[in-house]
Amino acid sequence: MKEFHRPEALYSTFPRKGGADPEATHYCPGCGHGIIHKLLGEVIDELGVGERTVLISPVGCSVFAYYYFNAGNIQAAHGRAPAVATGVKRARPDSIVISYQGDGDLAAIGGNNILQAANRGENMTVVFVNNAIYGMTGGQLAPTSPLGMKTTTTPEGREFEEYGSPMRVAELLAPLDGVSLSSRHALINAGEIIKTKKALKKAIKYQMEGKGFSLVEILSQCPTGWKVDPVESLHWVEEHMLKVFPLGTYKDEPRQRPTPPHPADYEPALIDRVIHAGTSANGRGKAHEPVRPVTLPLGIRAAGFGGQGILLLGEMLAKAGLAEGLSVTWLPSYGPEMRGGTANCSVVISDTPVGNPIVDQPNLLLALNRPSLERFEPMMQPGGVVIYDSSLIDVGPTRSDLTAIAIPATKIADELGTAKVANVVMLGACMELLAFPSQSERDPLLQSISRDEKMLEANRLALKGGMEAARAAAAPAR
Amino acid sequence: MSQVDSPTHRGPFRKVFHPYHPMSQPTSSRSEPRSRSHAPQFMKGNEAVVHGALLAGCRCFFGYPITPASEIAHTAAELFPEVGGVFLQAESEIAAIQMVYGASSAGVRCMTASSSPGISLKQEGISYAAGSELPMVIVDITRGGPGLGNIAPEQSDYFQMVKGGGHGNYRLPVLAPASAQEMCDFTVDAFTLADRYRTPVVVLADGLIGQMKEPVSLPDAVREIPDKPWSVRGDGATRENLICSIFLDPPVLEDHVRHLHDKEMEIEAKETRWELEGHPDPELVLVSYGVVSRIVRGALDEALAKGMRVAALRPQTLWPFPTAALAHATRDAKAVLCVELSTGQMVEDVRLGVGGAIPVHFLGRCGGVLPTVTEIGEEMESVLAQAEVLS
Amino acid sequence: MSNSHHRRFNVEFHEDLCKGCGLCVHMCPHHVLVQSERLNRRGFHPAEYVGEGCTGCGICFHTCPEPSGIDVEPHSPTSA
Repeated sequence: MKEFHRPEALYSTFPRKGGADPEATHYCPGCGHGIIHKLLGEVIDELGVGERTVLISPVGCSVFAYYYFNAGNIQAAHGRAPAVATGVKRARPDSIVISYQGDGDLAAIGGNNILQAANRGENMTVVFVNNAIYGMTGGQLAPTSPLGMKTTTTPEGREFEEYGSPMRVAELLAPLDGVSLSSRHALINAGEIIKTKKALKKAIKYQMEGKGFSLVEILSQCPTGWKVDPVESLHWVEEHMLKVFPLGTYKDEPRQRPTPPHPADYEPALIDRVIHAGTSANGRGKAHEPVRPVTLPLGIRAAGFGGQGILLLGEMLAKAGLAEGLSVTWLPSYGPEMRGGTANCSVVISDTPVGNPIVDQPNLLLALNRPSLERFEPMMQPGGVVIYDSSLIDVGPTRSDLTAIAIPATKIADELGTAKVANVVMLGACMELLAFPSQSERDPLLQSISRDEKMLEANRLALKGGMEAARAAAAPAR
Repeated sequence: MSQVDSPTHRGPFRKVFHPYHPMSQPTSSRSEPRSRSHAPQFMKGNEAVVHGALLAGCRCFFGYPITPASEIAHTAAELFPEVGGVFLQAESEIAAIQMVYGASSAGVRCMTASSSPGISLKQEGISYAAGSELPMVIVDITRGGPGLGNIAPEQSDYFQMVKGGGHGNYRLPVLAPASAQEMCDFTVDAFTLADRYRTPVVVLADGLIGQMKEPVSLPDAVREIPDKPWSVRGDGATRENLICSIFLDPPVLEDHVRHLHDKEMEIEAKETRWELEGHPDPELVLVSYGVVSRIVRGALDEALAKGMRVAALRPQTLWPFPTAALAHATRDAKAVLCVELSTGQMVEDVRLGVGGAIPVHFLGRCGGVLPTVTEIGEEMESVLAQAEVLS
Repeated sequence: MSNSHHRRFNVEFHEDLCKGCGLCVHMCPHHVLVQSERLNRRGFHPAEYVGEGCTGCGICFHTCPEPSGIDVEPHSPTSA
């Protein structure tokens, strides 16, 4: 023998509503929201998930659903409930997340949010209350308003030519692979009300079982917005909505979702292990006192075509400085220009903390093509050093106050079997001239480029080739 | 936060803005000391943000790709899942910030990151988060604007981040790192501040600071994350909780805004940060933040070497702005020179700090063009020459 | 049989919560609910039970938009 009382999931009085009348809802007489609240409340009770439920109520008449639901409540921005729900569910996978949305909210301003949450198959439940109108804001056109319907923004009625046809959300979402359940119901008679409740129960059950995204669309009467009395509003649904929005289940294919992470479980030791992986303990000192052709601080520009590995060359130089216990910065040119056009980067290596990381006046230029040499040579500090790839640049620097070192980097690389390692040849040349880093630091640097044995060997040979070429090139000049 | 608390109706907001007494010593806050037991790693500022976030106990990252902030998402996509956290690429910036809204409501440390046009889209969610008092960290790697602009560094998001880009009465703490190390450290600090004051916190950098690689000494992971009894976790203990930014009754909303404002006053009093370098008794005070402060540092070194009496003030928090520190630093100065990658945004706060006592000069570049050390040096000479003429 | 069945249930209206929408009256399959001539505290004509004929189907409960508007429970013999 069944009794019918207010479900526990709904409060008995509504202090959050406040005002003179905290016992009754703010909904108009006959409003479908109240009925849906009661059905949802019963389902939450019957499934025993009251404590786990988090209800998201975005803008619309039901923005105040938190007055009524005895659940964790989050009020959200217009249309954004599916995104907020996603955040809650991902953060707390054991919660039961219900996004309670109206038609303007879900189908207009939040159209993409619902589509994407559905497509991702978020393990959540969406209650979509379709009353074909903006109720709270004053009876304006909704995406679901039937053709011909007069609203405050379509005083002559909705016309297809102006606004297209009403949007059928349950049908729209059903084909998405992420959607487990999509169905439409109405509150027009006892049978349909019970079907609505069953659909809500199934949707939440799917969520409890990790079976993915459900949308339950409910055609809900809005007597005030439609300007009819509550009983007539039921006929209004039958007459104006059922043809456009046929009731039924458009999809019921629950899909088991993989077990999600539980990010609220925090393990600092694991974080330390992952983040500090590969770094040794502090205390690395300078290896030796090097003799350098240019004094610190070094302001280096490396430049060439995109694809020559210019940024990597600069980064390796910076790391070499770091290995030497010096202060370094590395600054790339970034964005579209690095894919195809020219590439350059600034590297500063200093024995005091680096202030300005932008090298406007380099004292060391690594030029791997002619345009780079032409661009940066005029910026060089007097007395600076230019190392250039003489296999690609036939005429070296013209300024007499610069030291030019020609390294046939691409040719050396090509003879090793791949022109790609020309940047490492240049790196070798630099290392020879700068006299750092120490021998023992060189291989770790090359390993940070690639640990692939074949690649590593090619890089070792390229580095060696560059160092030998630099020795040969620099010797006669001294 | 319940709406049933009886409003206190404390009447109108009244304030008097007294001139800053230039001799009163300003107070500043500092990063909390952290144990660092590992050798520095060489990484981009953008990567340092993610490392800092994880070490601060950030557990969820929601973002959307945009240059020059994308490495933040790339690094987060790699590292968050490895430590049991969540990385999700949202359908839009609008959605990403709302996912952060949800995760923060659910009581976990969480963040998003973007660049200027994406931040414009996030402003909706940021206003809601401010209204709902949700702790979160928002990183802006500023690029050129307006509109699509370009992907080069600018500082033209000062207004939208420091002055409140969304609707309503709120202010967010804005930390302005100037190195890869600070990208890490300020991100950690941002999470501390966010939880301490239950507020979104902004880390405002630019494309250059984001892209630049420097050695970063990473701290150890925070051992404990503060409990959040106000959150909605989907359990019995938090069932009665409500996260919301709607307060229909005018006196109730006014009280809520007053509560936010009280927190702002406390933040202003306790969390202002800056750095002052150079001559102890300067004739000229340079003011700059972020990447520009690095270039200014070069100009400062050259000027000091020439024997010029110059100092450089670098706000590390843009809100709260170190107004008192500026007044103190300029007490005997003849002029101020503010350098920005904008047409003049922070300079408005500089003018408020100086209060019309001495001329405030501005030097700006835009579109990704950076001022050079030489350019700043020449401007300093020119400003001081003008000051001589006037005195 | 029908008489004994009908007496087993009672529909209890919380009259001051009723907004007089009439959905319960309209939907009741046994037509045992009516809208009163009286006005309640809110100025609506509240629904009321005619006193017999309820089968305890709960349809009125589910159509009532107010959470605490209607209770349907077994008729208590003591109050009969």
